[in-house]
Amino acid sequence: MGARMKARVEVTLKAGVLDPQGEAIRHALGSLGFDGVEDVRVGKVIELELEMQDRNKARAELERMREKLLANTVIEDYRVEFL
Amino acid sequence: MRAGVLVFPGSNCDRDLAVALERATGARPALIWHKETSLPEGLDLVAIPGGFSFGDHLRCGAIAARSPVMRAVVDFAAAGGHVLGICNGFQILIEAGLLPGALMRNAGLKFVCRRVPLRVETTESAFTRRYHQGERVEFPVAHHDGNYVAGPELRAALEGEGRIAFRYLDNPNGSAGDIAGVLSRNRRILGLMPHPERAVDPAIGGTDGARLFSGLVEALGSETLERA
Repeated sequence: MGARMKARVEVTLKAGVLDPQGEAIRHALGSLGFDGVEDVRVGKVIELELEMQDRNKARAELERMREKLLANTVIEDYRVEFL
Repeated sequence: MRAGVLVFPGSNCDRDLAVALERATGARPALIWHKETSLPEGLDLVAIPGGFSFGDHLRCGAIAARSPVMRAVVDFAAAGGHVLGICNGFQILIEAGLLPGALMRNAGLKFVCRRVPLRVETTESAFTRRYHQGERVEFPVAHHDGNYVAGPELRAALEGEGRIAFRYLDNPNGSAGDIAGVLSRNRRILGLMPHPERAVDPAIGGTDGARLFSGLVEALGSETLERA
């Protein structure tokens, strides 16, 4: 039986890219009386269960997944964490 | 000109696009399901319709761009074929790497659904040859994610190479440089957010879009004859 590992991928908008969803949340927080919220950025979390043992190999595979599908590198940054 | 229209789960402008093409060509275009791994023989144009392919999951157009039929479209484009992507079709072309930039959530956060005035920026393409340089036309838009993102370098390249096909006169979504539609480097791929196929009948919103399709017939019809 192959070992499983869990990876958590965070996809966030690059600095400088306008985040309209974040802006909407910031406005809503303001109208709820939460003062002093300067900026809100919304991202995505993707959790993957991988049937792999070697973390370096998994990292390389996740890098390929990022390029091919998981993030749009024109506007998004990407971070991987193993759980 | 032989045209084919791609159909994905969640496409909803495929029929309108097929009708617009049929009016221009006199022949019903092939409807091509996303699971097909090859295109019909002898196609001159692949048209990718608007809609919400795969429920806009992950990013608009992201899943559709990785479907089997899109691999065939990438090969078709590499061989010099003409490709038209409208609205979600534009998003799919960008996600497939056939056009540059990115399309993000509208800056005003709202789904925008109305007719918008555009300026034709170049007539040097099969898509725009029947318009006049600088002409004002009106097409409907209907999208939530049409905010075109392009960095300074890309924008300079698009401007310099005359690859901006249409610009908004009253930017509805925050697009960089008011860009509404862009051409590929070989000028044979056009992606645009506004819907020319919804502007081909005087009874429903004007006929400004009709010349995009008749221009294609003019250009690709003759190309087919030359090849024969």
